[in-house]
Amino acid sequence: MANAALATTGPRTGPSTGRLATVAIIILLVLVALPRIVDPYQTVLVTYGLAMAIAALGFNLLLGYTGLLSFGHSAYFGAGAYTVAFITRDLAVQSMELCILGGLIGACVVAALFGFVCVRHTRIFFGILTLALSQVLWSLAFKFFWVTGGTDGIRVAYAKLTLLGGMINFAGPGSYQRFVFAYYYYVLAVFAIAAVVMWVIVHSPFGKALQAIRDNEVRAGFVGIPVRRYRWIAFIISGTFTGIAGVLWVPLNGLTTPDILYWPFSGELVFMTVLGGFRNFTGPIVGAVLFNYLKTYAVASSEYWQLLLGVVLVALVLVLPSGVVGTFARLGRRFARRQ
Amino acid sequence: MTGTIFVIQLLNALFYAAVLFLIAAGLSLIYGVMRIVNLAHGSLYALGAYVTAWAVGGAVGAAVAGTLGQIGLFLLLPIGAIAVGVLGAVIEPTLLRPLYRRSEEYHLLITFGLLMIIEDMLKLIFGGTPLTASNIMDGLGSISVGALPYPTYNLLVIAIGVAAAVGLWWFVYRTKFGVILRAISQDRRMAAALGINVGRVYVQAFAIGCFITGLGGAIVVPAQAAVLGMGVEWLIVAFVVVVIGGLGSLEGALVGALIVGIAHVAGIQFFAEIELAVLYLIATVVLMVRPTGLFGRA
Amino acid sequence: MNLLETVHLKRYFGDTRAVDDVSLSVAEGEFVSLVGPNGAGKTSLVNVVSAYLKADSGTILFRGADLTHASVTDRVKAGIARSFQIVNLFDDLSAFDNVALAIFSRQGKTVNLMALAHLDRDVTAEADHVLAQFNLSAKRSELARDLAQGERKLLDVALAYALRPKLLFLDEPTSGVSTRDKGQIMDTIASVVRGEGITAVIVEHDMDVVFKYSDRIVVMHQGAILAQGTPDEIRKNEQVAMILIGSADAFARKD
Repeated sequence: MANAALATTGPRTGPSTGRLATVAIIILLVLVALPRIVDPYQTVLVTYGLAMAIAALGFNLLLGYTGLLSFGHSAYFGAGAYTVAFITRDLAVQSMELCILGGLIGACVVAALFGFVCVRHTRIFFGILTLALSQVLWSLAFKFFWVTGGTDGIRVAYAKLTLLGGMINFAGPGSYQRFVFAYYYYVLAVFAIAAVVMWVIVHSPFGKALQAIRDNEVRAGFVGIPVRRYRWIAFIISGTFTGIAGVLWVPLNGLTTPDILYWPFSGELVFMTVLGGFRNFTGPIVGAVLFNYLKTYAVASSEYWQLLLGVVLVALVLVLPSGVVGTFARLGRRFARRQ
Repeated sequence: MTGTIFVIQLLNALFYAAVLFLIAAGLSLIYGVMRIVNLAHGSLYALGAYVTAWAVGGAVGAAVAGTLGQIGLFLLLPIGAIAVGVLGAVIEPTLLRPLYRRSEEYHLLITFGLLMIIEDMLKLIFGGTPLTASNIMDGLGSISVGALPYPTYNLLVIAIGVAAAVGLWWFVYRTKFGVILRAISQDRRMAAALGINVGRVYVQAFAIGCFITGLGGAIVVPAQAAVLGMGVEWLIVAFVVVVIGGLGSLEGALVGALIVGIAHVAGIQFFAEIELAVLYLIATVVLMVRPTGLFGRA
Repeated sequence: MNLLETVHLKRYFGDTRAVDDVSLSVAEGEFVSLVGPNGAGKTSLVNVVSAYLKADSGTILFRGADLTHASVTDRVKAGIARSFQIVNLFDDLSAFDNVALAIFSRQGKTVNLMALAHLDRDVTAEADHVLAQFNLSAKRSELARDLAQGERKLLDVALAYALRPKLLFLDEPTSGVSTRDKGQIMDTIASVVRGEGITAVIVEHDMDVVFKYSDRIVVMHQGAILAQGTPDEIRKNEQVAMILIGSADAFARKD
């Protein structure tokens, strides 16, 4: 039963909270110690990974728990990122907390609008609708260059930002090093909060209702669950999480461009979630961090990184459809049974 | 003068619609028969364009043109379509067949993986610089519309589009193979029970779908250069077409391509900034009001 | 006042009259059986009343309120619940979670997304009690998909029952299970339904079961009500015996 903590949809009724908390605390301690162990470059990589993990957690509320495959989550990531770019540029906002608040509202509004349309359908029509709507945003960001900077994007300088209500700023010498260090902990904290909130959501009565809708939408209606409304709420939560990831991502990247609104970026979100395993709570987290490493090293090692990633994805679908975490959990269960 | 510009714009719209129809018809055929939404479809279109551009515009084309002249180049034109068709016949049994029993997520994922692979293979094989087969277009010269010259080749593309539409219609509704395709698309199990070799038909259907798409790429490349990223871009427009017309419907692909072709050209003329956004919004509205499109069935 | 009243209810599929001018009343506390040959419209009638299908015309009155055009969820809220002939469960949730979900839904708690479901003691206790009533306690943690067919049938009924409906439709609760298990499943269901005084309408083919448990039997044929009465009245009705030819033997065996 070593992996019971990983398998949320496993046969037990309540999650083994104690064991899960133990594992989570150990992982958290490792993550807290990490910047003191590894070099700043690795720290930045993990920061990216944690930001993307929030996006994947949000994405998976729809795919893994509600049974809806969105191919347009780039829209909400982008909504978060562009909101930050706009408010730092046009309103001279410096506080990262205000950025998060703004991005949260921006992503939430876009998700509420798009979601209202999309949840009228399921399966492939849902996927195509999310895709088409995300491309509306992309084409606007692409064409209205006097607002969005077009393909050049908008710069968001980390040096101008402050954390924790102005307590931490990045002026003066050695600022990048200080930023990398402080921002890592900042993202880690937001990630930890996001992960706990999402964990509670999927284990709440509402989360159970979503899983019921995923398994059998007809019967869900016959036990009195308003299916479409719940799908919409799940869509909004999902988009908002992904938007927060976009907010956290911008200062790291220093720039937001229409590329993060373009539909292949949505594909990457699907990719990382399936890489980790969408039937597990932890799958998307592991997948996001792994994918980020995979992509970084593929890009660094070859001009043809897309080819490498494509081969990995095809192999994954054919050989490990339940993802890395799903496969480990299954092996763990088999091992436990044999003992 | 306005009349001339109108005619030219109309021809441009038809040109665009002809190419779009080929891509969308391939996408729709594959979805209709095997219920797979192929995200790599745009990349297959790009592959067709690259192969034809490489053959016609490169050394092979020069050699052929030397012996056979302009006709030789035309004979080379479909090579992109053939290459994509052959690739399709390889992809279906190796990559897609193991996944039919799995849910749609996996169909989308594997074709997304395929997209990544093909996109980079194009870069690897053909390099980063745009390729064209403009020697065909140049060889045909132009006709005059009113006082303005218009490339004759564009008219040929429109003619090929019309011929393809008629040919596909005949193929699907008037041949035995077409009956089999429609039977499988209605009820795969029933078709299998009636002794149809579904596996074989799937390969053939997928290869044909790929061929049509490759043909779209092959005929566009004398007029527009093959560039990296074109597949990703056209795929979404093709999606808009099939969404408007109805996924899995041939008539839908035709009508959808005409609507999008006209909207595209009108959009560039009158509201360039939001032209793409308008297309996606049209698709969204159609999906909201009539999810099966104009011609689709549930 | 009758709990349920359908007035000239109609539902056609093209030329097929699935539900043809059915006016049926069900009184509070009754156990009513719907019988008839295959295609008689029994399940269609249940489908129309439970909002699985729309009515073409006619009226559905429930406790005096017009529910003809009410949505599924509104009818559930009003107190109509149903089980399904072809088992309809949340396959990737445990037996416990299946039942618990129905209870959460009934209590209006599914809107709550910031509380852990398994820490809700009221719901947990009630779900465990329901599982015990349906002899499913041992299967509490099994996924619904891993249960045996008979257990799945029971869980399907338990799910509807956990909504504490005022009117419970049971669509062939024993179909698809072995004859040996049939009696046991039906006994379990009947004891719960009878014990709690729930008004139930059951669609059933097995005439043994029908005669044993029903207060009243409604015979349907070609979408319409052919006859209705107490088990004794129906037993003596020769026209009914003719319609239910296959079941006529069952009549004989019983006597």
